[in-house]
Parts: sequence; structure tokens; C-alpha cells
Amino acid sequence: MSESKESRTITFQEAIAEALNQEMARDESVFVYGLDVADHKGIYGTTLGLAKKFGGTRCFSTPLSEEAMMGFGLGAATNGLRPINVHIRVDFLLLAMNQLINMVATHRYGSNGKTAVPLVIRAAIGRGWGQGYQHSKTLQSIFAHIPGLKVVMPTTPYDVKGLLIASIRDNNPVIFIEHRWLYFQKGIVPEESYEVPLGSGKIAKEGADITVVATSWMNVEALKAQEILSRRNVSIEIVDVRTVAPLDKDVIIKSVLKTGHCVVADYDWINCGFSSEVAAMVSEECFGRLKSPVTRIGFAPTPCPTTRALEDEFYPGAVDIIRAVEKKLGLSATDISGDDFYSYENKFRGPF
Amino acid sequence: MTLSLALYQKLYLVRWATEAIRKEYPNDQIKTPVHLSLGEEAIAVGVCHAIGKNGLFYGTYRNHGLYLSLTLETDKFFAELYGKRTGASGGKAGSMHLTAPESGLMGTSAVVGTTIPMAVGAAFANRVRRTDKAIVVFFGDGALDEGVFWESFNTACVLKLPMIFICEDNGLAPHTLKVDRQGYPAIHKVLERFNCLTFRNETTDVEEIHSLALKAGLLAREQQLPVFLHLHYYRYLEHVGVNEDFDQGYRTRDEFEKWYKVDPINLQRKRLVEMNLEKEVSDVENQVREQVDRSIALAKAAPFPDKADLFKGVWS
Ligand SMILES: Cc1ncc(C[n+]2csc(CCOP(=O)(O)OP(=O)(O)O)c2C)c(N)n1
Ligand SMILES: [Mg+2]
Repeated sequence: MSESKESRTITFQEAIAEALNQEMARDESVFVYGLDVADHKGIYGTTLGLAKKFGGTRCFSTPLSEEAMMGFGLGAATNGLRPINVHIRVDFLLLAMNQLINMVATHRYGSNGKTAVPLVIRAAIGRGWGQGYQHSKTLQSIFAHIPGLKVVMPTTPYDVKGLLIASIRDNNPVIFIEHRWLYFQKGIVPEESYEVPLGSGKIAKEGADITVVATSWMNVEALKAQEILSRRNVSIEIVDVRTVAPLDKDVIIKSVLKTGHCVVADYDWINCGFSSEVAAMVSEECFGRLKSPVTRIGFAPTPCPTTRALEDEFYPGAVDIIRAVEKKLGLSATDISGDDFYSYENKFRGPF
Repeated sequence: MTLSLALYQKLYLVRWATEAIRKEYPNDQIKTPVHLSLGEEAIAVGVCHAIGKNGLFYGTYRNHGLYLSLTLETDKFFAELYGKRTGASGGKAGSMHLTAPESGLMGTSAVVGTTIPMAVGAAFANRVRRTDKAIVVFFGDGALDEGVFWESFNTACVLKLPMIFICEDNGLAPHTLKVDRQGYPAIHKVLERFNCLTFRNETTDVEEIHSLALKAGLLAREQQLPVFLHLHYYRYLEHVGVNEDFDQGYRTRDEFEKWYKVDPINLQRKRLVEMNLEKEVSDVENQVREQVDRSIALAKAAPFPDKADLFKGVWS
């Protein structure tokens, strides 16, 4: 049984691998480097086979030197190559923040626009199975705070392919944040190469009563909440922002002007975070049209605990979205005792 | 122009531009911290002249010698110091982050050690794209204390990248002696255990540095390995600013007097005079002085950037 081209279903991880393969074949200045990108695991399978297919100069594992490797990318990007630097955890990017913020983000400005820095930094984020406080951060608002950096957070297999291709072709530094639970999500992905423009959000689900603005994995949770609440004829509109910087404000504003209610479900801490930014922007742009104040949902304000018992408390999910929506609309609590929710037991197994 | 005279012209340009900054600085129109290179000139000039147009150069905030010996121009240089629209970066960079990509000056930085990995990435791109450039990175002895130096040097050795690392050692960072910062007696002895070539020299003779850099360039290319040059100079002025600081207690004027006997500009001038080129020397000096005076006048008269320029150049 062969699937037709238009409806081919592949995983998020396969979509990344396909984007890399296609871009590396299209443009020989593209190369992939970072810790363990050329090993037998290949960053959740996303870089498997690249070294063999394109050679050790196009895909290679590096010394454990995050700061130097970031500067290396800057040097290569300003000399005619298009590097893709890969980090198996965003947490390790903290060692490279000096290069990222002092050097990469400023280089073009300091040259008064003479240079360009086409550098992609892929970083996995994730949760579960005791990852704990040093292997589970997201940090998107820290990156997005810095002028000169673009920040992308794809959710679907279709988007991850198109956004990664757009990021590789972009002439600016792009931080590309991939949630590990999404690697196994399936979706329809065209075989041919295509771009999803950076700076374009999308309506992931149309609705009329309330807007949920979501990032990364929180889109999956928002869809679950939407599904459950639709049983009560509550219609949620989900905005997948897709890129945190530059931010597609219009898609958010349009939706909130329509519904009058806004919940921001961000996959990160709340304080000084992306959800705060959206709340401020919505209050500036939609003030007189809001039927309720903006509600923010995010991680608990603690380091991420390792034990499962506390980790459940740390992460927000569909239930938090459901309860927030009910509160805003003045509804009683929905009975969710028969519903299945996402957990790593049925989505993900360790050890890493 | 003979090699000796060409080197002198660059030395004198760096020296005289520096003296001009020292004279202008108290007027408070140059509003950018300056890390001056009095005493250091032979390294920048000798190396840049040896590597020439074929080079991609990376440096530090103490970059005036590098900028001037690569570009030989002073209009955009002074305009940048005065923060003017006509500056090398339209006033956005100032003294500490000067670049001139069109002349091979690819990156300088106010954060210690930061252009070292950039140069390694450039050397990688140079190999992949077969652009046949010579990659050179300058840094102070203080950068050796930073992890990123070791990360970058190690990576260059792993990848066997032909490139030149130049430590411009003035023994201070910014006022702390090496003995209080470095847990090893001699950096080249440590680094020679890596897959690379190392050289050490204390000379202030520009011609000696010039030949050493030529040799380093050849060896790097021939052996496809990084070359580390450990060079030395004495910083005549305070770390940042235009004044002497021998009264501050961390060093003595005696030291300066000793080094000044082998001042790089005086050495080269003496050599040229002994070659009976006194007339050529004074022609060069006059031409440089006129050039610098003219550039300063132009810079002062030039407009500041438009307010809208603030937003330009962030994104490509
Ligand atoms: C990462 C970093 N730490 C500290 C400083 C402050 N700082 C400015 S210059 C300097 C000394 C650097 O000494 P060295 O590398 O030997 O260069 P020199 O000034 O002697 O040319 C220091 C510590 C800095 N700019 N960057
Ligand atoms: Mg020093």
C-alpha cells in the first residue's frame, strides 16, 4: 500500500532529517557540527547518515567546547559557509552565551550591516524521565530578548521541516528549539522542499470563544484541552506562534480581537518570560476589547525537580488550560476523569 | 618603496595616529575608550605586512595598529573614533570593535578571547571553500587565561587547520602580572605538546617579526597545522586611556626605559638612516602627518549618524 505524495505521513524527527538532507544536497555551504552529531545515535536520529552521505567535512562531531564551537560558527558563517550547530540540550548552550550574545548577535550591527551571519543553532528541549533541572530548560525568552537573534519553536512535522529550511536559508542567526516529545509526533509532510516563513504564526485550530496562544509542546496540550472542551460547546482558538522572534503579532491580535479572551500557554517559566511579553502586547493592542485580563500558564517558579511526583506539579498541561478557560468563561469544572492525557510513559522512554 | 621603508611607513602611521589621539582625547570629542598600542607597533605591522592582502585578521580591542597597518587609511578610522556617520562602521563600533572586512580585518572585540574561535571557524571555511587565505588571530597574554583559548586552540589542532595564533604578550592583564595568573612557566612549552608548531621571540625589530610571520605562514601552509607565535612588547601607556601610569605602583619607569632603548619605531628609523634614506624617511613622516591631520579635520567636520541609523544593520 503506497501513500500518495500529498498525504505522506512522517515523524517530526524524520521531517528534520529530511530538511537537513535536502538543504545539504541543495547547497554545499551548509554543514552540521556539534557534540555527537556524527555518532551512532545522531541526535535522536535527526543527523544519522549525514556524515556518510555528505562526508566528514559536512557533518562532524566536535570537542566538548560549546563556547568555541559557537564562535567557530560565527567565523565560518562570515566566511561563506552556512553552519548548523547542534546541541542535544538547550542547557548546554549556556556555556556559549558569551559568544552568542556578545559576538554572534552583534557582529552584523558592529559592521554597520556589512556582514551577515547565516548560522542555525539547533537545541533540543524536553522533559520527563527524571531529566531534572539541568536537562530540561527552554530559555526562549532569554534568546528572544536579544536583538539580532531569531528564535523558532516548531510544533508539527510540517512546520519543523519548513521552518528549518527557512532558518538555514535565513541570513541571520537563528535559535531553533525542538521539544523531544515532538520527535515522535506524526503528520503530513510534503516530500519536496518548502519554507515556512520565519515570523509567521498560525491558527492551529479555529475557534470563537477564547484564544490560547501556545509555544512548542503546549500546542499539543492546548489541542487536548480544545478537544475536551468542545464536548461542552466551548470553542477554543489555538495560535501556534511558531517563531518567538520575530513574533507574528497580527495573528495573535486578530484572534484576541475576535474572542476577547487570551490565555498564553508558554513552555517556560512565567516571570519575565515570553508569556509576559504576549500579555503586555495584547493589553497594548486589544485593551478595550478584552473581556478578561490575559491569563498566563507556564512552569512552576522552581528549578525542575527530578522526581516524577514533583515533576507533574512543575509542568503545566491540558488540565491547566481547561481550568483556566473555565474560570475565564465562568463555567463549572468539566469532568475529565475518563480522559487520557499525555505522559512520558506512553510517549517516551529513557534513559535520555 | 623598499621593504624597510614600507614597514617604517606603517610603523610611523600607527605611532603618529596614536600620538594624535593622545593630543585630541582631552577635548572629549573622542567618546570611546581607547586601548593604545604605543610599544606594540612592530607586531601588528610586521605580521600584517608579511601576510598582506591574502589574510583574514582577527584581533582585540587593542586593534588600532591592526586596523591602520591593514587599511593604511585614516579618514574612516578617525571618523569612527569621533562617532561620525563617515566612520568605518558609521559610529556603531567605536575604537574597541573596529572592522574593515574589505581589507581583511574581520573581527575585533571588547570581550577578551572572543575572536579566537571565530578565527578557527574562518580557517575551517577557508579550507572547505579552498579560498587560500591566511588566517591570523591576535590576542593578549590575558586571553590565555580564558577557557575559550584552550577550546579553540585544541579544536584547531584537532582539525589541523593552517592558521597563525599570535599572543601579544605585554606581561599584564590589565594590571595583574603573569606570575599571578598563569600556573605554568612558558606557554610555548605547554603548547608545543599539541599538534602544532610554536615560536617564541622577544624582539621589537619589525623586520625580524616580519620574517618570522612569513615563516609561520609558510609552515602553516606546508604542514597544514596551526602555528603559535609568542611575541613580546612593553605597553608604554595605561591599559585604557592616553596617559602614562608609572606612578600607579604596579610597574616602574625603569622597565619602560629599558624597553624604550629598543623602541620599534626608533629601531627602524635608525636602520633606514644608516642606509642613507634620511630624506625618504622624512618624506614618509611628513606625508603621514598630513594624512592624519587631514583625517582628523574631516572627522570633526563630518555629521553624526541620522537618528534612523540606530535601527539599521541589526538584521540581514
Ligand atoms: C571576558 C572578559 N573579562 C574581563 C574583561 C576586562 N578586561 C579588559 S582588558 C583586560 C585585560 C586583558 O589582558 P590581555 O589579554 O593581556 O590584553 P592587553 O590589554 O594586555 O592587550 C581585562 C581583564 C574583558 N574585557 N573581557
Ligand atoms: Mg596583556
